[in-house]
Amino acid sequence: MPVIQFQLNGATVAVDTDPDQTLLDVLRSRLGITSPHFGCGAGECGACRVVVDDHAMASCDMPMWSVADKTVVTVEGLGTAEQPHPLQRAFISEQAMQCGYCVSGILASAAALLKRNPSPTEAEVRAALDRNLCRCGSHNRMVRAVLRAASEMSSS
Amino acid sequence: MSMAPPAPNLPVSLAANPRLSSWVKFTVEGRVAISPGKVEIGQGIVTALAQIAADELDIEIGRIDMIRASTATSPNEGVTSGSLSIQHSGRALRHVCADVRQRFLHAASERLGIDAGLLDVADGTISGPGNVRTSYWELSGDVSLDHDAVAGTVAKSAIARSMAGQSIQRVDIPDKVFARPRFIHDHALSGLLHGRVLRPDVSGARLIALDEGAARAVSGLIAVVRDGGFAGVVAESEVAAEAALKALRKGATWSAGQPLPNEGDLAGFLRSQPVETTVVDTRIAAAPAQATHSLRRQYTRPYIAHASIAPSCAMAQWNSDRVHVWTHSQGVYLLRADLSIVLKLPVENIVVEHMEGAGCYGHNAADDVALDAVLLARAAGGLPVRVQWTRHDEMCHAPFGAAMAIEIAADLDADNEIVGWHHAIWSNGHAARPGRATQPALLAASEIANPYPRMISTNPPAANGGGGDRNSVPLYDFPAWTITSHRLLTMPVRTSALRTLGAQGNVFAIESLLDEIAALRGEDPIAFRLRHLRDERAKDVLRTAARRAGWRPQKQSGIGHGVGFARYKNTGAYCAAIAEIEGTGDDIRVRRLTLAVDVGEAINPDGVINQIEGGAIQATSWVLKERVRFDLERITSTSWTDYPILTFSEVPAVDVEIIQRPEVEPVGAGEAAHGPVTAAIANAVFDCLGVRVRDLPMTRDRIIAAMELTS
Ligand code: FES
Ligand code: FES
Repeated sequence: MPVIQFQLNGATVAVDTDPDQTLLDVLRSRLGITSPHFGCGAGECGACRVVVDDHAMASCDMPMWSVADKTVVTVEGLGTAEQPHPLQRAFISEQAMQCGYCVSGILASAAALLKRNPSPTEAEVRAALDRNLCRCGSHNRMVRAVLRAASEMSSS
Repeated sequence: MSMAPPAPNLPVSLAANPRLSSWVKFTVEGRVAISPGKVEIGQGIVTALAQIAADELDIEIGRIDMIRASTATSPNEGVTSGSLSIQHSGRALRHVCADVRQRFLHAASERLGIDAGLLDVADGTISGPGNVRTSYWELSGDVSLDHDAVAGTVAKSAIARSMAGQSIQRVDIPDKVFARPRFIHDHALSGLLHGRVLRPDVSGARLIALDEGAARAVSGLIAVVRDGGFAGVVAESEVAAEAALKALRKGATWSAGQPLPNEGDLAGFLRSQPVETTVVDTRIAAAPAQATHSLRRQYTRPYIAHASIAPSCAMAQWNSDRVHVWTHSQGVYLLRADLSIVLKLPVENIVVEHMEGAGCYGHNAADDVALDAVLLARAAGGLPVRVQWTRHDEMCHAPFGAAMAIEIAADLDADNEIVGWHHAIWSNGHAARPGRATQPALLAASEIANPYPRMISTNPPAANGGGGDRNSVPLYDFPAWTITSHRLLTMPVRTSALRTLGAQGNVFAIESLLDEIAALRGEDPIAFRLRHLRDERAKDVLRTAARRAGWRPQKQSGIGHGVGFARYKNTGAYCAAIAEIEGTGDDIRVRRLTLAVDVGEAINPDGVINQIEGGAIQATSWVLKERVRFDLERITSTSWTDYPILTFSEVPAVDVEIIQRPEVEPVGAGEAAHGPVTAAIANAVFDCLGVRVRDLPMTRDRIIAAMELTS
């Protein structure tokens, strides 16, 4: 099997893998990265989203060959309890979830949004999160959290 | 003759599990373990319970470790459902912690030689005059909690509580934003193998032959498991398990299925089946008034999927004739009871331990997948096996919320005042949970060799809020009524508990018809409701929602407003909702929901708001979009594309006001909003478009059909 190399949360990783295996599966079963979650396996729910070269992408239908030499960021690479990303801080401040299973994917979409658009409008936040489903109905809190993070980032 | 005052009762959960040590333990220095029998399902219960314990024990909440429910250690509190967790677990813990605090005060009093009444507790340190001090931990050797709780323990008064009523941050959220594994899906057991189960596409089909050859050739395969009509694979990795399952599917031969009803005529189906009929309630008018005419309306709601964002998952590990199960079931003891029947093993041989799953809105496939894991793990040579359902399985094999047809006939007098009310429900039962019957409710139990029959769902008794009949008895002061429930005795589509059981459908029907009658009378719909309510808390939520929404907003073209109200189960939380919708042609969009809610004492107000917001948004999704689709052979809505739910851009603004009543026992909030929001949207649609849509979901097609009917 070929070795595929990519950047993961700031470090270079090389995995010996079937090139058709999905990024989600490699992250979860090989690299101990559990934040991207399996929800549908079909690119429809966003639970598995990660940031690939600054774009939020579903990792459940992304074959490993397409990840070669790319930069992948998951929630594990966003920040830590000691040094949280403004989005993580904002999701805590707004208590922006119920079960939270969808949250990693939403953080990935939001992180990618803020990268390309540091001061989005509410409608832009919603549009950026439209491919993430939340069954618990925590949407509005999450939108508030993303806006809070954006304003915090722009004022710092 | 004097009568002794009745002995005060223990809270129900405590009466069933009176041993103090099963609830509270002082573990290492400075820590307290609190062990409720209810489980976190995304509703924030663990935090609210920690608040209650912190208050009664007088310790900082940060010292509390909330222990996940397990049949090995936890009190048996049945199932986490029905918005009862605060009522059951909260009351029990309040009582237990007050009792424990008293015991420690006595021990401290003895040790320090100071009257207990002079001692005080602050963050676990017990102190008294003269600067003497000790602590729970210092005394924990002296105080045994292996005693049963006694009735009559007095907890703190509302005013003396400092944590309850505070919107403290939830204890589980940091893990979830910092990607620390917390979900069962993320839990890495050592040596973990992966299983997948083969299920038919055609509803009710049974596996009759299986060629295992191709599956056995898959690299990484550990075992193919076959037990009658139950078949699955165990493999080293998920990828291998999925590949093996795919191969196994090709080798499967299925029997013919059992036909499904015509989805296009659910009411016709529901109203033509054999039923068990119950008269839920009757009221006979003291002075019967003469009805001059009657309005008869039929309302329907479809089957609704739980559709958790995560597919159901479980792990199981055998050690000779004992098995350990990790599950996100809502009831660890109930699941254990069913496993015990299927496995023909005493319950002592089975440990069922809870781990968090994704949000759960009732009886989904959590229990089913646990049995799947247990059956597959038998072939794993003592290694643990993790089974995860596919999205497809989740959307077609898990139980659904039951479809309902509801007919109300309102007898009206010459002024269109209500003089009689006849409410009839046709629906499958709304509960087929495990652990309640002599036969198991788990899916695989109906597939194995010597299968158990599929359990036809029933309804919980009226004392527990009923099922299909939940919220069917009006809270309004009509002079006379008859409420009848027809429970289907056939069940071609599997149903069980989904958030609110029948309440969403019944409240939709009642509140829609009330709106219609108010409109006939030319009376403001809120004024009309207030005139028929006797309960001040009910009136308060209506008035509060009205004030907050600026009722009645000026009529603008293309905008509509509607109201809905209910007290969940007629005994739980009060909730009033006002919807603002925008209608363009035959398309509608819900712009804003304004809600007022009264749960009595709101232990964590932000938690209550979160639950109400979530309920309101989920209900909006049900109303606008959701409907399990099927043809005569199979469920066809098996993906998010075929079963769409509300997206971020479609979600309305939700504004919630809580009426805080610290002196009133708290009740749950998770199911309070669904009925009122459903009705409020329906009534807003009429206000906006002039049509009454009586069939859910209110899709464009349905609105067009209703318009055609009107014109
Ligand atoms: S799991 Fe990848 S989009 Fe649903
Ligand atoms: S918080 Fe549960 S699915 Fe989003």
